[in-house]
Amino acid sequence: MVPLPYYLILSGILFACGVTGFLIKRNIITIFISIELMLNGVNLSFVAFAAQWGKLSGQVFVFFVMVVAAAEAAVGLAIIIAVYRTRETLNVDQVNLLKL
Amino acid sequence: MISVHLVLFLIFGAVCVAGAINLLAQSHPINSALSLVVVMGALAVEYLLLGAEFVAAVQVIVYAGAIMVLFVFVIMLLNAGTEERTKGGSYVAMIVGIPGMLAGSALVAWVLLTHSGTKSVVAGALPGSPAQVAPLLFHEFLLPFEVTSILVLVAIMGAVVLASHPNSDPKKEKT
Amino acid sequence: MTPNLHLWLIPLLPLIGAAINGFFGRRSSRPAITTVALVFSGAAFATALWVASQFSSLTPPYHPEILASWIRSGTFRVDFSFYLDQLSLVMLLIVTGVGFLIHIYSVGYMWEDAGFYRFFAYLNLFMFFMLTLVLASNYLLMFIGWEGVGLASYLLIGFWFPKASAASAGKKAFIVNRIGDFGFLIALFLIIKHFGSLDFMQVFGSVAPFVRAGNEGVLTAIGILLMVGACGKSAQIPLYIWLPDAMEGPTPVSALIHAATMVTAGVYMVSRSHVIFEHAPIALTVVAIIGTLTALFAATIGVTQTDIKKVLAYSTVSQLGYMFLGCGVGAFSAGIFHLMTHAFFKGLLFLAAGSVIHAVGGEQDMGQMGGLRTKIPWTFWTMTMGTIAIAGIPPFAGFFSKDEILWQASRVSLVYWGIGIFTAFLTSLYMFRLWFLTFFGEYRGTAERSDGHDAHGGHGDSSHTEHGHGGIHESPKVMLVPLVILAILSIVGGWVGINNRFEKFLSPVFRPGMTAASLEETAAPKTSEMEDSRDHSTEMAFTIISVAASLLGFALAWFLYYRNPQMPQQVAASLGAFYTTVVHKYYVDEIYAAVFVKPLIDGSTQVLWHGVDQNVIDATLDGSADGALEASDVARHMQSGNIRSYAAWVAAGAAVVIGYMIWMGTR
Repeated sequence: MVPLPYYLILSGILFACGVTGFLIKRNIITIFISIELMLNGVNLSFVAFAAQWGKLSGQVFVFFVMVVAAAEAAVGLAIIIAVYRTRETLNVDQVNLLKL
Repeated sequence: MISVHLVLFLIFGAVCVAGAINLLAQSHPINSALSLVVVMGALAVEYLLLGAEFVAAVQVIVYAGAIMVLFVFVIMLLNAGTEERTKGGSYVAMIVGIPGMLAGSALVAWVLLTHSGTKSVVAGALPGSPAQVAPLLFHEFLLPFEVTSILVLVAIMGAVVLASHPNSDPKKEKT
Repeated sequence: MTPNLHLWLIPLLPLIGAAINGFFGRRSSRPAITTVALVFSGAAFATALWVASQFSSLTPPYHPEILASWIRSGTFRVDFSFYLDQLSLVMLLIVTGVGFLIHIYSVGYMWEDAGFYRFFAYLNLFMFFMLTLVLASNYLLMFIGWEGVGLASYLLIGFWFPKASAASAGKKAFIVNRIGDFGFLIALFLIIKHFGSLDFMQVFGSVAPFVRAGNEGVLTAIGILLMVGACGKSAQIPLYIWLPDAMEGPTPVSALIHAATMVTAGVYMVSRSHVIFEHAPIALTVVAIIGTLTALFAATIGVTQTDIKKVLAYSTVSQLGYMFLGCGVGAFSAGIFHLMTHAFFKGLLFLAAGSVIHAVGGEQDMGQMGGLRTKIPWTFWTMTMGTIAIAGIPPFAGFFSKDEILWQASRVSLVYWGIGIFTAFLTSLYMFRLWFLTFFGEYRGTAERSDGHDAHGGHGDSSHTEHGHGGIHESPKVMLVPLVILAILSIVGGWVGINNRFEKFLSPVFRPGMTAASLEETAAPKTSEMEDSRDHSTEMAFTIISVAASLLGFALAWFLYYRNPQMPQQVAASLGAFYTTVVHKYYVDEIYAAVFVKPLIDGSTQVLWHGVDQNVIDATLDGSADGALEASDVARHMQSGNIRSYAAWVAAGAAVVIGYMIWMGTR
């Protein structure tokens, strides 16, 4: 008998870690990994609510989130490869030509 | 009253959090990727505790088994090394990043604990076997299902195009 | 039934002449310009004569000729309408007649000037406005003429505008006139408010019931404000300061505008509004007091001036004071009579002075003149006629009009009469002083050179261009003929006043509803024979005293400036500081400059220019531009190109939104 807020807190911690990683990491791949962590935290929250309200649509939605995460990871990593080819660096602070 | 459900939840919750913090603490991306795999595994167990069998299986197969493998491949391909501290960092990111998130999550946690009026979740309260998820997936959510399949198709094509070598562009080949 | 006299033709003809000369004159030849100018002003004069000949066939009450409607606003109506009665007929003849003569004179005077066409365009323009003024049948059309003559005056005073003093003098005239016009406008507003119309007939018809209803205070205010306007236009205290400076303009301008016609517009206006003044005795007294004081004040200054035109300018101010004195004691016809004779002899004096200046090559300082009577005889004799006329010696014109004013003034208060007599003495003194200094004694100037050199080396600050032959020479005939005509008028012009004929002529205007016979009685409202003869003998006595005063002035001038030419210096030295004050025109210009002009200019510079324009308006614009620059300079740092920075901002924003939603959820 786990109170729902516990699941939500865990989900929130995972999400917060994801955001923190996204903000403080300089390697672009690590940033992507943090994004995936964020998505996982959100998934947990969906499943917890699905169990709470007794609706399976929450789990179906998790499925869709995973599909989208897959697509996004594929395309994102392809972009990273393309950027690496031209900029020779994975450091996101050095990809800053779009500045004023 | 403390039940097995709660204990298991706490153990695997701790594993999740430890994996997440380790992800932040490591400097080499491969270590972060592997930490993420650990997190995903622990999350799969959490899903099982909630009765979502199908989702747990998909989590392990797709997320940890395919997406993370893709990540590891790319890290290997690009020969990513440890992060180096370089010039041109962002102060805002530093401020919002660690202290901001700590504060935010603490706040959310406090709010949730003091104000939630929901009842507890029973282990396995909502069975999520594939047989039960499937009707939803193919009847109610058919359109999103088909659309995501197209999305995946587009993503595949996009990834191929983006990642392809410039020299292997068929138009530029002259023989 | 009043036959249509086509009064509108009279102002229109000079306007056409002004337009032709103004637009086409630059490339026309001098004869062509002359023809246009003289034809149109002469045509105006001829039309005026024809109108005068038709006048006797008209029967009163005279109806205004409405040319076109102008303002229709509810019950308030103003039209372009012209009105002819005896008063406007007199003014009409003076303006067109003297104006035409001065046009002829100007042909000769301005022949060498490069702006020949411009001069005649302005002169015709002035005639147009002045004729509009005198023929108008409502205050608003009169005000148009009023403003227009001010404009023409400005253009003509500053005719030689490259000269800084001329440009300033034009500006001064216009601005001081404007101050008077402000009073005039307020009076018009009051008239509109209380009478609902600006038409002369309507307003004057409503004055008596208005006063009976107990509104005399308002009427007094209107009268005083109208007088303020007249002070500006007719150069009375305290707004006379522009007239002496106006002598920067060419002499024909001084003759026409600042002696004969424009400055008399104030007198005409006061006379036209006599109904208002008669029902507001306080305003009438103000008119008389201002007139008297101005007459005396200006005469004292005139005695000390050395520039021949300045003496005549102050003389004009003084004589205008006489006219206002006449109006102010209720003798409006006497004021108009003096206006007429003054137009003749003052116009003559200015034109003759112009002839003198022309003869000595541009010199205007009387200290550089002398002994000219043998060299320019025609000028000398005509100027003598004018001088005798202004001094008030019978049987010349000035005597009749001035004497009439003094007699009427004495019947109101002997103080007016006393000051008037003393001023007559001073008038005679300064005019004969001018006469002696200019025409008698030894020639003190430098224009007489027999080697044919250009005569104006080193002296004379007037821009009057000079022909190259040396020596003092008489003016050409085109300048002399008007002088002679005006001299004849100065002699005979006053004879219309004998037996009060002039007053009777104007009586339908000033005393409507009375026959000529009853006018005799009101002129001398004494019933008994004995009082009648005593009154008559008093009048005789006063006349003799005034003539004696004039002769005394002549004698003193003869003594000081002919017999003992060194004495004036000694007298001036003995009077010391008082003399210096008078020579400097009582420092009025300096006082005005310090009290009014300087604070205004300083205020404008400090408050309006620096304070408002620079520090508020410019600063706001510059400040907003600078502020935009600075704000964007700060804001652009957000666009650093650093992805993590962008992500951090997004995360912070999202956190705020989520926090807000949670907070809303817990409420």
